Amino acid sequence: MIALIVFGAVFVFALGCSIAMLFAKNAVHTALFLVGSQVALAVAFLLQGAHFVAAVQIIIYAGAIMVLFLFVVMLLGVDRSEVLVEPLPAQRQVALGLGALLAAGITYIALTSVDLIGADRTQALAAINRDPGNVLAVARTLFSRYLLGFEATSVLLVTAIVGVMVLARRVDSVTALSASTPSSEEREVA
Amino acid sequence: MTEVAPGYYLALAGLMFSIGVIGALVRRNAIVIFMFIELMLNAVNLMFVTFSRIRGSVDGQILVFFVLVVAAAEAVVGLAIILVIVRRRASANVDDVSLLRW
Amino acid sequence: MVIAQEQVVAGFDPVLAPLIIGLPLAGAVILLLFGRRIGRLSGVLACGTIGLAAVIGLLNFIALLGAPEESRTATQHVFDFVSVGRLQTGVDLLLDPLSLVMVMVVTGVGALIHIYSIGYMHGDPRYPRFFAYLNLFASFMLLLVLADNLLLLYVGWEGVGLCSYLLIGFWFDRPSAAAAAKKAFLVNRIGDFAFLIGMFVLFGAVGSVTVGQINASAGALSAGVATTAALLLFAGATGKSAQIPLYIWLPDAMEGPTPVSAFIHAATMVTAGVYMVARFSPVFEASGGAALTVVGVIGAATALWAALMACTEYDIKRVLAYSTISQLGYMFLALGVGAYSIAIFHLVTHAFFKGLMFLGAGAVMHALDGNTDMRHMGGLRRAMPVVGYTFLAGWLAISGVIPFAGFWSKDAILAAAWVEGNYVLWGVGVFTALLTAFYMSRLYLRVFEGPLRTPEGTHAHDAPRTMAVALVPLAVLSVVGGVINLPVLLTLEHFLEPVVGESQVPEGALAFILSGIALVVAVVGIMLARSVYMTSGAEARRARLVRPMAPLVNGARRKFYIDELYGRLIVLPGKRFALFCAEVLDRKGIDGIVNGTATVIGRTSQGLRHIQTGYVRNYAATFLFGVVAVFSFLILRVVAG
Repeated sequence: MIALIVFGAVFVFALGCSIAMLFAKNAVHTALFLVGSQVALAVAFLLQGAHFVAAVQIIIYAGAIMVLFLFVVMLLGVDRSEVLVEPLPAQRQVALGLGALLAAGITYIALTSVDLIGADRTQALAAINRDPGNVLAVARTLFSRYLLGFEATSVLLVTAIVGVMVLARRVDSVTALSASTPSSEEREVA
Repeated sequence: MTEVAPGYYLALAGLMFSIGVIGALVRRNAIVIFMFIELMLNAVNLMFVTFSRIRGSVDGQILVFFVLVVAAAEAVVGLAIILVIVRRRASANVDDVSLLRW
Repeated sequence: MVIAQEQVVAGFDPVLAPLIIGLPLAGAVILLLFGRRIGRLSGVLACGTIGLAAVIGLLNFIALLGAPEESRTATQHVFDFVSVGRLQTGVDLLLDPLSLVMVMVVTGVGALIHIYSIGYMHGDPRYPRFFAYLNLFASFMLLLVLADNLLLLYVGWEGVGLCSYLLIGFWFDRPSAAAAAKKAFLVNRIGDFAFLIGMFVLFGAVGSVTVGQINASAGALSAGVATTAALLLFAGATGKSAQIPLYIWLPDAMEGPTPVSAFIHAATMVTAGVYMVARFSPVFEASGGAALTVVGVIGAATALWAALMACTEYDIKRVLAYSTISQLGYMFLALGVGAYSIAIFHLVTHAFFKGLMFLGAGAVMHALDGNTDMRHMGGLRRAMPVVGYTFLAGWLAISGVIPFAGFWSKDAILAAAWVEGNYVLWGVGVFTALLTAFYMSRLYLRVFEGPLRTPEGTHAHDAPRTMAVALVPLAVLSVVGGVINLPVLLTLEHFLEPVVGESQVPEGALAFILSGIALVVAVVGIMLARSVYMTSGAEARRARLVRPMAPLVNGARRKFYIDELYGRLIVLPGKRFALFCAEVLDRKGIDGIVNGTATVIGRTSQGLRHIQTGYVRNYAATFLFGVVAVFSFLILRVVAG
């Protein structure tokens, strides 16, 4: 019973934030609505017994990635409003039409064919959550079966960091570097 | 947790995904488009969690973990690129980069 | 039908037979490739190759004589030619009395003409090429007569047509020569087409193109098939041997150098048709008289027709050209009454005296700066004795005066016609003999007798040595050549019997009467010419002679308007059709399709290029479209199945 009500709230809130994202003219508003939908999703995760991921969703996604987005938005000063007029002909109609089709398709499959996928084995998941606990179960599987993937993602992260440092470097710092005397150590960290 | 059928979660995820797609096609600001892509990734995360519940194992949740990491890395690099572009031409409008046309 | 891999079949051993064809061919190739470097020696080289071919031919002739009469034939397989399904042919040579007689004529007369050409073509800028073509022609002609199967014969047939074209148009910068060459080739082509169909008919009926097989199976052919094949082959012969209706090219062919006229258009190529009919006589016989009647009638008609036109011609070479057509008509007349060996006899003597007279005419032209109009000539025998006396021999031979060669052969033809019961053909032949004597005498008397006259600015001198060297042997042969088939001995007749069968000859008193008539007719013709051209009061007598026959004479002067008729009926529609094909079918139709395709593609791409708008969002929309399409397809599959 409670789960149903909570789910209903999550449903409405998540969808509401998503649609509001569509209509927000300000980029900052869009970001905030995204944060909202992400929080709703975290609750949905909790409802389904994914405790670890729910926490991670809030901490990483809503907490770090969206903050990064907001930093960039404000850094670039692109908080101006977007012009409403659509320059490309029929773009909106096509997008809406196809999007609606996609939604209809997925919804239809979701509501009718889940039985094909497999029975609702929520009880099994609940059992796992009870016995070793969700975090422990995730950890055990992650560091045994998916260890390679785990290490790969760490490499990915390092690569991303290095890449971003190179990309976002300010050009005049280079000229300043070449113009400066060999003894000079001044360098702006980008 | 046992009362709502997984199909409804999948439907919710599908709707959010569609909204993300629509938004990515309709909006013109590069960063905003990026946000809608993040919305799509979130929807997929919900689907993964639902599938993990359907199958009764935590593998789906681990995939969510990976999706998260990759989304983070991708967001970082993408924003850096947008940064460079905006610095150069003082506009984040995606429609401005349209030289490769007929 | 596969010729055995190994070479000789029965009879006697051929001696280097392929070289008979190969030597002139090699000469032609060498001269074509290196002619300019060889320069003056081209003539000597060419004479050498054909001379050697003549020697080898003679050796084979002797070898053949050494064999007993029944087995005087040999075939030699040189290499495989076509091996497709039922058609298995090789380059196979057939050496038997008939082919070797032809070889001797072609190489013998050919060698003399090659020698003559050294003098005649001296100084011509394309001297080496002339000899290359001449040698090439000789090799093709020899291939034609030595071929053991129809396909190879056809190769030679076409080859001599090609060389005829090349040689008629040798001075191609002269528009009249170029046009004449084209005319010769095209008219020949019509005949060749019929010949080809005839070959197909025979192959279809017999299953082989080998001479032996065809002749052996001829008896088994139905009269209809045999007649069709025979008439088609004969149609080819009318083209090649200038009979009605395809003779029109031969007078124009006189545009070529005179040695060419002598060799190709008197002695050899034009006789290919006669040889071909003789070679395939069993097929003609098998048609139950229909084909042979056609041959005989056309032969006689052509003989008369051409003789009429020769009587009014002023160009000395053209007189000889019409005379050739007429004499070929005689040969076909002989073939038509079944006297095959006699036709070959006349072929041989004609090669002697007609070749001789053409060479003589060439010498006259050579001396008189290329003039050919007999109205400006006179009394040249005294100024050019060698030419004059040799031409005299030729004149008497063709007129049919005893004991010259032409008398024996022509008399034999007329006698055969009478004996076979073809009195109409005999009558036509006799009248034509009268005309022949008349116009040839007209030619000889006006040019060589009477007071000396030459065109403005020319001075008659006798022929140089190289030319005389050719004239004299031919003159001798024109005098004594009849000896190869004298009435009682019938040497040639018996020699060719194994190949072409017996000819009918008259017996006893009838023979003398017929010969007498022929001789009388010849003398009358000569006398007539003398009276209306040479003696005093000739002009008046000529006018009296012409007046009752004025329409005939005028028609003959205009060649009976045949060229104009053909032009209106055939050439003009042909040109219109060609124009139609070029303008409508080709330019509008085919080019239209090609260009149209290009235009359609161009316009389509012009339209389609607008898909590339450059906007990322449009491209993203396309992605989405694809995704939705695939997704819908999958859903529908789940729903439906």
